[in-house]
Amino acid sequence: MNLADDILPLLEARGLTFARNDEAIFGPLEFALHAGEVVLIEGDNGSGKTSLLKVLSGLIEPSAGEVLLNGTPLTTARLSHQVALLGHLLGLKLELTALQNLRFAIGLGGIKSGITPQLALASVGLEGFEEQPLRTLSAGQRKRVALARLLLVPAGLWLLDEPYANLDRGGIELVNRLLDHHARQGGAALITSHGAYAYTSGTPRRIALRKAA
Amino acid sequence: MKPGTTSAACAALLGRDLALVWRRRGDALNPLLFAIIVVALFPFALGPDQVVLERIAAGTIFVALLLAMLLSLDTLFRSDLEDGSLEQLVLSPHPLSLLLACKIAIHWLTTALPLLLIAPLAGQLMHLPNKVQPVLLAALALATPLLSLIGAVCVALTMGMRRSGMLLTLLVLPLIVPALIFGAGACNAAQAGLPYAAPLLWLGAWLVLALVLAPLAAAAALRISLT
Repeated sequence: MNLADDILPLLEARGLTFARNDEAIFGPLEFALHAGEVVLIEGDNGSGKTSLLKVLSGLIEPSAGEVLLNGTPLTTARLSHQVALLGHLLGLKLELTALQNLRFAIGLGGIKSGITPQLALASVGLEGFEEQPLRTLSAGQRKRVALARLLLVPAGLWLLDEPYANLDRGGIELVNRLLDHHARQGGAALITSHGAYAYTSGTPRRIALRKAA
Repeated sequence: MKPGTTSAACAALLGRDLALVWRRRGDALNPLLFAIIVVALFPFALGPDQVVLERIAAGTIFVALLLAMLLSLDTLFRSDLEDGSLEQLVLSPHPLSLLLACKIAIHWLTTALPLLLIAPLAGQLMHLPNKVQPVLLAALALATPLLSLIGAVCVALTMGMRRSGMLLTLLVLPLIVPALIFGAGACNAAQAGLPYAAPLLWLGAWLVLALVLAPLAAAAALRISLT
């Protein structure tokens, strides 16, 4: 990592505003996310946390302002493979096995060096469930499969929408462990939370979302 | 670290969708059954008069097969939208139009190809003259991918709506009428002993145009629908 990488934020929001049908959802927001950082987005239900993540990932366009990824503007026409989004919808096929789902994710997004789908499943505590169709797994176990996908794809920036939902105590610790590991490896993560559970290691930076006036 | 190539992404998508169709193979047979039943009912309704059946055979088979395909169109992107897979596809670094083209190809392979395979059987049920069979197959081979492609654009457009089935049918039908006119027209011409190359060539031209433009249009429509 050279000096420029240290100074240039992984993700930067400039005057980011989002409105749906002329109703302001959030913003304007100004923040920067550097490598090695985990930042919490806090806000009540309906305060636009999910919309913010979708705008940051490039799924939807902001009404005003821009998102910079490593210094270059992100547009919906040019999405980046540096971003991994885990939303309320996990993006997994219930008819297929955990392994089949992960292999598809690798085909689509590539794979980090030094990890296999089996290793990733083992590290989220799903050893022995590789060949089970996801339909037979619980909601929390499906979430773990989605977390295993995060471990595999080579994305530096994680955007996680309510990553603690549906998880037991062990799962919550797992998410925190994965986040720590990701940050130590030079990644960054933005996570939303309505406040019930929170990222526990250190004191993460927080971005509070309030309904725009 | 391997970012993953576009061809690997397409291969993964094709493999996954084929596996999914295999898992839901009961649903996949639905259009096939529908087409066979419709075609089989005509002789019962009109009587086994060979002259009448021969006259309407090509048109009937064409309509039955296109409507059968229409049945399965709504599911093209539906499950991907509902479980969030579509977001992952859109977020992937690969051209969305290419990924959608893969999905459309799977749709054609799994719904239209089986229909094409039963077309000769349907022809026999309707007393279609043997000399028209190859023309019917050629016309269907050109018209069914056209429906898959045009249908995909319409599905992508209506994606954001909750109950889009009715609207989808209304959107697709007028767009597919030219394919029906040219396809059934070629069969009728062959049956009357007239040259039938021109309508088939028109269908081919439409298909080439749709192959190039439809995936791009579908990708653009999908992005709009997701917001």
